[in-house]
Amino acid sequence: MAKKNAWWLWAAAILTYLFLYLPLVIVVVFSFNDSRLNAEWVGFTLDWYRKLFHNEKMLTAAGNSLMIGVVSSLASTVLGTLAGIALHKYKLRFLPFLVLTPIAIPELLMGVSLVIFFVIVNQLLGILELGLITIILSHIAFCVGFVAIVVRARMQGMDESLVEAARDLGATPFQAFRLVTLPVIMPGIIAGALMAFTLSIDDFVITFFTAGVGAATLPLEIYSMIKIAVTPEVNAVSSLLMLLTLVLIVIASRVSPSALRANG
Amino acid sequence: MTLQQRIGKWVLSWPPLVYMVLFFLVPTLIMVVAAFRYPGDYGGLAPMYSVEDGKVVWDLTLENFQRLTEDALYFDLFIKSAGYALATTLACILMAYPLAWLIARSPKRYRDLMLLLVILPFWSNFLIRIYAWMIILGPQSAFTRAVNWLVTGLGFEPIQLLFTPFAVIVGMVYVHLPFMVLPLYANLEKHDMALLDAAQDLGANAWQRFWRVTWPLSLPGVFAGSALVFIPALGMFAIPDILGGTDSIMIGNLIKQQILDTRDWPFGSVLSIMLTGGVLLIAALGAAVARGGRKRG
Amino acid sequence: MALLEIRNVVKRFGDFTAVNDVSLSVEAGEFFTLLGPSGCGKTTLLRMLAGFEQPDSGAILLDGLDMSRVPPEKRPVHTVFQSYALFPHMTVRENIAFPLKMAGWDRKKIDSQVDELLEDVRLTQFGQRYPHEMSGGQRQRVAIARALVDRPRLLLLDEPLSALDAKLREQMQIELINLQKEVGITFVYVTHDQGEALALSHRIAVMSHGQVEQLDIPERIYSHPKNRFVADFIGQCNVLEGTVKAVEGATMVVSIKGCGDVKCSTVPGVVSGQAGWLALRPEKIKLDKELPDLPDEAYFKGRVHDCLYMGDVTIYIVEVGEGVLVEAMLPNNIPGVAKFFDDHDLVEIAWRFDAGSFLTE
Repeated sequence: MAKKNAWWLWAAAILTYLFLYLPLVIVVVFSFNDSRLNAEWVGFTLDWYRKLFHNEKMLTAAGNSLMIGVVSSLASTVLGTLAGIALHKYKLRFLPFLVLTPIAIPELLMGVSLVIFFVIVNQLLGILELGLITIILSHIAFCVGFVAIVVRARMQGMDESLVEAARDLGATPFQAFRLVTLPVIMPGIIAGALMAFTLSIDDFVITFFTAGVGAATLPLEIYSMIKIAVTPEVNAVSSLLMLLTLVLIVIASRVSPSALRANG
Repeated sequence: MTLQQRIGKWVLSWPPLVYMVLFFLVPTLIMVVAAFRYPGDYGGLAPMYSVEDGKVVWDLTLENFQRLTEDALYFDLFIKSAGYALATTLACILMAYPLAWLIARSPKRYRDLMLLLVILPFWSNFLIRIYAWMIILGPQSAFTRAVNWLVTGLGFEPIQLLFTPFAVIVGMVYVHLPFMVLPLYANLEKHDMALLDAAQDLGANAWQRFWRVTWPLSLPGVFAGSALVFIPALGMFAIPDILGGTDSIMIGNLIKQQILDTRDWPFGSVLSIMLTGGVLLIAALGAAVARGGRKRG
Repeated sequence: MALLEIRNVVKRFGDFTAVNDVSLSVEAGEFFTLLGPSGCGKTTLLRMLAGFEQPDSGAILLDGLDMSRVPPEKRPVHTVFQSYALFPHMTVRENIAFPLKMAGWDRKKIDSQVDELLEDVRLTQFGQRYPHEMSGGQRQRVAIARALVDRPRLLLLDEPLSALDAKLREQMQIELINLQKEVGITFVYVTHDQGEALALSHRIAVMSHGQVEQLDIPERIYSHPKNRFVADFIGQCNVLEGTVKAVEGATMVVSIKGCGDVKCSTVPGVVSGQAGWLALRPEKIKLDKELPDLPDEAYFKGRVHDCLYMGDVTIYIVEVGEGVLVEAMLPNNIPGVAKFFDDHDLVEIAWRFDAGSFLTE
């Protein structure tokens, strides 16, 4: 029934896809370029990657990012799953606002309020000095909403009568949750966790505000390299990050076919 | 509700509620109060109250808000930021519409892939995507040289691309484009194609069919996408920071500077509150329009 | 004592009374149907039997024990859901084994019981499949097997055939009847499809606005609807306005408005002068160019107003008096003839007096 689309629609669409991908391709290509300048192709080299793996600061930052990503995605997955189920099951007054607003407002605003908050708490109580801990706490705060949305969508997609069927066939409310609800929404929870991990690994703005002086993450390190001296080392680390993201997406797509199947 | 259900509700909703109160609501309220406080001697905040003769004296002020009106610079910056965000939004609509339309009208089996290709770049690191444009718009890049070959060929002075408002808007369009494509697609995909056949049957040409049928029906999608682009664009600081020059900073850059560099937290908070106000206004406007659209739909 | 007794059950949702003082009882081994349009309270009543809703007042007794405060998992009652509600992450076997696991059966017993049920519903080869790998009819059978596996006292079926196409629905109806006979478990069946209800049930309760309008065996419901709602809801029915002229023992004379006098069976309690309606099924009406005017039949002359050719039958709408239209249905039993009459043809209609029933409400 679909009519043939006009040639210029295709042309516009292809240009838009080029607009989306060409920049990323350029970054990757120049990461193998044997020149300090990201301007002209000179020759193939792996020097920038070699350099990268000897860059102590970069390696530390990568380690930090990984640690922050794992801890904050785990915590926000637990909190976000609870919130997502609660948002679906109950009419709540405050939780939707508290969980979903951080997604809707510019990240900058959360960064500002959190840095003021952490410094004040530190002055008053002597805890939560700006650093890895404050970064993790901040990342959890903005990831919870994303996980909650994915889990809530999964809950909404679930046939209500599944839980009733479980009860009807002899399961207690807790058994019904553990044996039916949880397995059915699990693809949503895993997708939410991967999303939280990516968001955390990628986050620049909130991290920039809440990191303080000592702690560095990969995005912060990339930022200072971009601001101070651009070398293809940035391209190399960017390419590796893209590879990591691709791997995560492949994992996610391995999870989601079962999600599709669970919907019948 | 039975006791069991009440316990269930409690267990589900309290942990996220407590966390978000602690790390979202309380910080936000502290920021709001900070807007009425004096800056500290070495940055940060001065004490909120002092005790004199056993009496509590509050040290709060509206000076920080007055500062906004004293210098036209701040107002201009807000307008300029809104202008950048608007330009970004319009460019996103222009680029996203044909693509979303094409995807919506493609055979079902290709749609998921075409959508995935739109979303995929969004999953790569934000800074990397901006950095890519630093390379493309940089003075020695092939693109810049080509542009300047054209410009000088036409008899003008060579131009700079990087560190200009143009670079900022290109960067913002690049980062936000998926947020426009997705809601537009979601809307266009639901359109009944028979409407277009009906319009054609009743004598409408291609342009009339678009302008009289498709476009009005797609407005909810356009507004949803616009809110998703405009709001984060308005509060952007990293893109103007990296791709912009001194003349192309936005309100976000000023806020960052007040909070982290000058450490004038009260004024930084005032600016943040103004930005929040702007965001809420846009969101409310978008919601109102969406409601109207639903009523008509 | 009846297996299931529903006593004065009331259920409200806010201002809306979903079930309004319903009392009925279901005997062991019965195939009992709750029939009514959507919103009539039949599903709410079923959900109260399953334990998903609590009645605001009244009692639900199963084997003489009040069930109204017993949670669903503690009731010897299982439901076949409209959507089947098969657990998507479990195989067919695991789905059917679920109630047995909940009841704490040991593995061996579970396995043999599940095998038996799979055989009962002819799905022996499908045990390792997932629900999404099966057809609608197969899923339906899994849902029924799962609900029957631990031999509940009562099986509730909530519009279980509504998701199937017409052909398959008919086949499943036959399977359901046979299955119920075989297992001997009491079925309470909810549907809005009158044909389904008539075909399957031992008894039917027709519901509307939260109340039972009529409770009877299918034949009585069809041929002797108690009121206009039931007459309208079940099948096609002519409803002619009239007044009782005289009551003469077992028969009475009704004067049809704009038409004339006819006789019909006396309705207990009806007195002369009472207004009401005569309900008459279209297939009970004879129609021809000429008909004899027999003493035990109503007889009118009329004119064909419209014809609806339905394939197997044709419905003729005949104007018998001023503005009084009667539908008559004739089977098309002569090959090659689609219509016996045309619009505006003069015809005569007749029906046996006992074919009509007088409705007072």
